[in-house]
Amino acid sequence: MLSSYLTMAAILFCIGLYGALTKRNAVIVLMSVELMLNSVNLNLVAFSKYGVVPSLTGQIFSLFTISVAAAEVAVGVAILIALFRSRGSANVDEFNEMRR
Amino acid sequence: MGGFYIDWSGELVAFFAFAVVMIVGAVLMLTLTKVVHMVASLAAVFLGLGGMFVVLEAEFVAFTQVLLYAGAVTILLIFGIMMTDHQAVQREPVRPAHEIVSAVASIVLFGILFYAIRTTEFAPSAPPLQAGVDNAMEIGKQLYTQHVIPFELVSVLLTVAFIGAIVIAKKEAE
Repeated sequence: MLSSYLTMAAILFCIGLYGALTKRNAVIVLMSVELMLNSVNLNLVAFSKYGVVPSLTGQIFSLFTISVAAAEVAVGVAILIALFRSRGSANVDEFNEMRR
Repeated sequence: MGGFYIDWSGELVAFFAFAVVMIVGAVLMLTLTKVVHMVASLAAVFLGLGGMFVVLEAEFVAFTQVLLYAGAVTILLIFGIMMTDHQAVQREPVRPAHEIVSAVASIVLFGILFYAIRTTEFAPSAPPLQAGVDNAMEIGKQLYTQHVIPFELVSVLLTVAFIGAIVIAKKEAE
């Protein structure tokens, strides 16, 4: 049963990775990153039940991951709004000041 | 007989139901064109993941997932869309080579992960954790004894992040 959960998490992670690499709207990229973080949570909880040493620590770790991800989304959306206000666009391939 | 034998336990049925919901939601998130529909399908993925946590007997994590992800993060992303591109429609792909390379990279990564999962021999463990009865109380006890310092650090991090988000998103005085 453990390997089913791990495979499910791998599928979610790869879909999120494809979205983060190909999408141009920055909000969609943020959503794809959230998908990848969620798949990691699934791994943590699955190992907390079916791992070699089952314990509650995996669930507590996933709670910390969820709260850090919430902070990340808040700051990410705030940066997006500030960028949209100054540049008039939300496409990731137009934010290339650092490359020049 | 031999062959492929599956023991259709209740856990497996629930797992497959939630897995179908999650994969359909994730694929729809990639293929839909309107951004608001993408956020709705992402909410379906979050709810399916919450259900999978219930199947794994992690009720507290499941309800945190539903409240924080399916509630707060989804609403925050919708606000992010409203504040940026209102009628945002994903434009036609202008760089097919980039998309093909990304798809190949994702599929290769999945192949490696799948191979590793299938070939690893997980040591026969103790019987699986039965945390379903007093799950929230046990997590609370551990959070306030063993993990109290990371817990306080996370509260500081959340405060700093939200004040920072407000300061960044505020209109600058001319």
